[in-house]
Amino acid sequence: MTSAEPVIQTTGAPRVRRTRRSRMRIALKKAPLSAWFGMGVTLCYVLVALLAPLIAPYRETQVFSEAFAPWGHEFMFGTDQLGRDMLTRLIYGARNTIGIAFATTIISFAAGVTLGLLAAMYRGWPDQLLSRAVDVLMSIPSLIFALMLLSIFGSSITSLVLIIALLDSTRVFRLARAVGLNVVVMEFVEVAQLRGEGPAWILRKEILPNILPPLIAEFGLRFCFVFLTIAALSFLGVGIQPPSADWGSMVRENATLITYGDVTPLLPAGAIALLTVAVNFVVDWFLHSTSGLRDEK
Amino acid sequence: MSESEYKLRIAQSLVGRGKVSRRDFIHLGVAAGLTVAAADQIFVTTARAQPQQGGFAKLGMAHGATTDSIDPAGYPDTFTQTAFSGAMSNSLTEVDAKGGIQPDLAESFESSNGAKTWVFKLRKGATFHNGKTVTADDVVTSMRYHMGADTKSAAKSLLEPVSDIKADGPETVVFTLHSGNADFPYIVSDYHFVIMPSVEGKADWASGARTGAFVLENFQPGVSAKLKRNPNYFKNGKPYLDEVEFIAITDLAARMAALSTGEVDYIGRADLKTLGMLKRNPKIEIIEITGYGHYTLPMNVTMAPFDNPDVRMAMKWAINRQEIADKIFLGHATVANDDPIAPAIKFYKNPQPQHSFDPEKARHYLKKAGMEKLKVDLSVADAAFAGAVDAAALIRETAAQCGIDVNVVREAEDAYWDNVWLKKPWCASYWSGRATADWMFTQAFAAESSWNESFWKNPRFNELLVKARAETDEAKRADMYGEMQQLTHDDGGSIVLVFNNFVSAKSKKLAHGDVAPNWENDGLKMAERWWTAEA
Amino acid sequence: MLAKRAARTADGAPLGIRMRVNPVAKTVLQRLGFGLITLFVVSIIIFSAIAMLPGDFAKATLGQSATPETVAALQHEIGLDRPPIQRYFSWIGKMAQGDFGSSFASRTGYRRTVAEIIAPRLYNTMFLAVMTALVAVPLALGLGILAALYRNSWFDRLVNTVTLTTISFPEFFVAYMLAFLIISRDTFAGTQFAESLPVWLAVSINWTLNVVPKFPTLANINDQTPFWEHVWRAAMPSITLTLVIVAHMMRMTRAAIINMLSSPYIDMARLKGMRPMVIVLRHALPNAWAPIVTVVAFNLAYLIVGVVVVEVVFVYPGVGQLMVDAVKSRDVPVVQACALVFAATYILLNLIADIISIATNPRLLHPR
Repeated sequence: MTSAEPVIQTTGAPRVRRTRRSRMRIALKKAPLSAWFGMGVTLCYVLVALLAPLIAPYRETQVFSEAFAPWGHEFMFGTDQLGRDMLTRLIYGARNTIGIAFATTIISFAAGVTLGLLAAMYRGWPDQLLSRAVDVLMSIPSLIFALMLLSIFGSSITSLVLIIALLDSTRVFRLARAVGLNVVVMEFVEVAQLRGEGPAWILRKEILPNILPPLIAEFGLRFCFVFLTIAALSFLGVGIQPPSADWGSMVRENATLITYGDVTPLLPAGAIALLTVAVNFVVDWFLHSTSGLRDEK
Repeated sequence: MSESEYKLRIAQSLVGRGKVSRRDFIHLGVAAGLTVAAADQIFVTTARAQPQQGGFAKLGMAHGATTDSIDPAGYPDTFTQTAFSGAMSNSLTEVDAKGGIQPDLAESFESSNGAKTWVFKLRKGATFHNGKTVTADDVVTSMRYHMGADTKSAAKSLLEPVSDIKADGPETVVFTLHSGNADFPYIVSDYHFVIMPSVEGKADWASGARTGAFVLENFQPGVSAKLKRNPNYFKNGKPYLDEVEFIAITDLAARMAALSTGEVDYIGRADLKTLGMLKRNPKIEIIEITGYGHYTLPMNVTMAPFDNPDVRMAMKWAINRQEIADKIFLGHATVANDDPIAPAIKFYKNPQPQHSFDPEKARHYLKKAGMEKLKVDLSVADAAFAGAVDAAALIRETAAQCGIDVNVVREAEDAYWDNVWLKKPWCASYWSGRATADWMFTQAFAAESSWNESFWKNPRFNELLVKARAETDEAKRADMYGEMQQLTHDDGGSIVLVFNNFVSAKSKKLAHGDVAPNWENDGLKMAERWWTAEA
Repeated sequence: MLAKRAARTADGAPLGIRMRVNPVAKTVLQRLGFGLITLFVVSIIIFSAIAMLPGDFAKATLGQSATPETVAALQHEIGLDRPPIQRYFSWIGKMAQGDFGSSFASRTGYRRTVAEIIAPRLYNTMFLAVMTALVAVPLALGLGILAALYRNSWFDRLVNTVTLTTISFPEFFVAYMLAFLIISRDTFAGTQFAESLPVWLAVSINWTLNVVPKFPTLANINDQTPFWEHVWRAAMPSITLTLVIVAHMMRMTRAAIINMLSSPYIDMARLKGMRPMVIVLRHALPNAWAPIVTVVAFNLAYLIVGVVVVEVVFVYPGVGQLMVDAVKSRDVPVVQACALVFAATYILLNLIADIISIATNPRLLHPR
């Protein structure tokens, strides 16, 4: 990071630390255009998801007489195969899809990071046990495994979220453990241990902040992959309970139209793509600004 | 008629059999005073209308799995049915394009003793692919393969009415039934009942030696099956094609794309959503046939609230069948009327009144049942039929207007028939239909049938069913079947939504005669009946 | 036994030998041992998962037309009437002798061994994976290096955005769009869209479409398909998969190199006036191999294990579709064999990745 801090300090005078807010403001000021774009788009999505019932022109499941209505006044993006307003489904889809993806990613990170860091800190048999268990889970094809688990537990939204979270958390565990291993051997962690700090404190205050960048990068990708997993699962025959709208299933439902050049399925697919690009732009910027890489220009 | 006109007439008939080239025909045509274009036009239409020998067809099937086998105990879907039953084998009888019954491997059949005894005479000189002559023993063994305590055949229940089968000499088979059944020849036309050689008293299906128009050459389960013309086929002139290849293309879009790009010449179960766009392709034709198949929503009449006939009636009026036909099947379906007998079947009688979406009537019946509001679960999965989940979503909307809250439960597709059908109080189901009213009723509505999907046990209905089966007076039978259809309509537990159309598509390279409605793919017999047209 | 002895010798060996032999050999042996245990646990998990799934092979094949008697007869023939634990042990007993058993689709006098079912499918899967990897890996590394070199340039942004977009479309959707391109070759000229465009544009689009070779949208191949036709038929699935996996590998390459570029020794090299390209290739890349190789291995494993959707869309007979089919029909021996093949692939690829990581990292190769 280009150092904006005052270089010369009066000897003995306490170093004035910037508040978190002021550091953020500075960082934001220097954010590149792509990051601004990413943040703007993500914010819009979140707003749409939160305010869906207010924005949407119709009810989520409301059926009109005309199926596959063309784009126009009454239905901005036409209607789907049952005569439901496409725009309304997209808006509610944002709510369901982002909600599901967010819940899934949060759960998988909470589990994966906690276990991964514990394994890194304690090593020995807990590490061996967890690592081998994760190896086993990762060596089973995840899509087919998810398919089997969903058949066993039924494809309710809860089980969908938990199953995808479980399978995703293995990768998070791997990552957290790997980066954690590099940090736990650092001097400042040993110092904290000697100081007699508890493991929870060390995890939170010493280790986590130092491994945040790769974790956040992974979070961005994982978050977007949840949509794809849902789409792939609905391709193989298990999906979300109707009549809820989610983008993954919406892409699947209309996918055959694209082979004849009808752009309808591009709407939900595009919605996913735009969000992926936006989230990852933000992540890239974050990574770049924490990587300590100085740019020549 | 001038000499050249006469020659042209003869040439035209030869074109039909593929014996005259386009060039020679045009020469003759010009000699008879036609223009080149006109002669060419005649050649093309004649060549298409008349079956001609030769050619190769690639047929894209909507099914196919790695567990598929040539064992006729199975044949779970259109891939195995069309390739191994329709193309490779024969049953004793077959259903023709008009829904009538015709002898196939049998030469003739007749009944006696109040339709309790059926005698089938076999064709003389019919042979299996391995050269062995077909005898009555082979027929007996083949039929017995589906009978008895340890059979694994899916068609077992069809032969339950049979008490004995025996050979009477090498060319005659006698079936004795427990009770009279005037429609028995239809039953033996089923695609499971193919005739196989008997080896040491056992039906030998594994060798693949059958009697059909094509000989199996290469089979990769779940991928493809290649068959070659049987030069010794017992039907004169058939088959027309030299070779057919069945390709399993389960993905809808892949199937459509394969036909569009000419990778295959035919696809079963075309995508209705994109059918309009496929039609624009000048090289492709759509084939649409109203079949016997129908989509039902069976309500278990032994469970509350469906044990109340008024609730059943309320449900029947709370569903917009027309909307389902239009939106789920995009108009490629015929609205049904809670009667499983398709309009094309003998003894069909449309019960009155036609059930349609009428919130007032639904509320009226609900009130009659002593209810203001009703909450029911509807268990569906697209394993029941493609579009079941969407249909349920539509029903939820219309029922809500009648004070009925339909909670759509999406079940797992795997094991749907095992876990949901016949288990949940209200679910979705599909019947590919049967060629006769008796057959359909006996399997899906008779009190003792294990597939009585609504557990409906109406005494009058069951009494009529037995009576009508043995009755040989056509007029009396018609009356009885009429009354039974009215009973299922008024009291029955199955909501029959729509009859399906078989929508398939083919390249103009392939030609065919009238298409049979009993099963998909021209009654499963497309390989035997179709030919290549010179386009 | 062998593993233990090797480890002991290594531990007790003089420093010089340990430095050369120890890390790699130890990792390999240890990992192979763990690999076997993993395979064993996987087989238990898969077996119990299928046991927990509703229905069994008999019910699944008979479907709507099942009756209790026919189901019982079929269960008896394939041995499903025995208790699950007994079935598992008889299966693993045969497995230990290298016999994968027979599919439940076998009948008396008509044996279909799992080995003969899987072998051609596995060949097809490997074929597609190798074919795709040969294109995708060099492409991803090249793009990643260039993007790192010219980071924050328009090229970097473009590559980034395009690859992010391709991974954010579901695979089947990418596949359908490619199929659309192929179909459009023939149909584009007649569409309303083409007529609404200015003539020069319509003509040039049409020309571009026709430059694209007419790849078959149906990749159905069999054991008689000649090699080059196999390549030709597998082109569409391969292109789809390339689009799907390049992004991940390319992003990791770029990130790993950029990460290295912030190291002091790179600053040093820069101060010495070396050209950026040389810095990246000579100094940054060799030290960035570990994360790159890991992500490449991950994607190669994906090419073998995770391509079921692409197989379905292009009707390509690979192992993924076989396994989904087998799960649907509850054909336990086939599911087990597929799962083991997949797990072994995953374990081996990761092992190779780790070996490369160790071999390219002097600190790991010569531990303190």
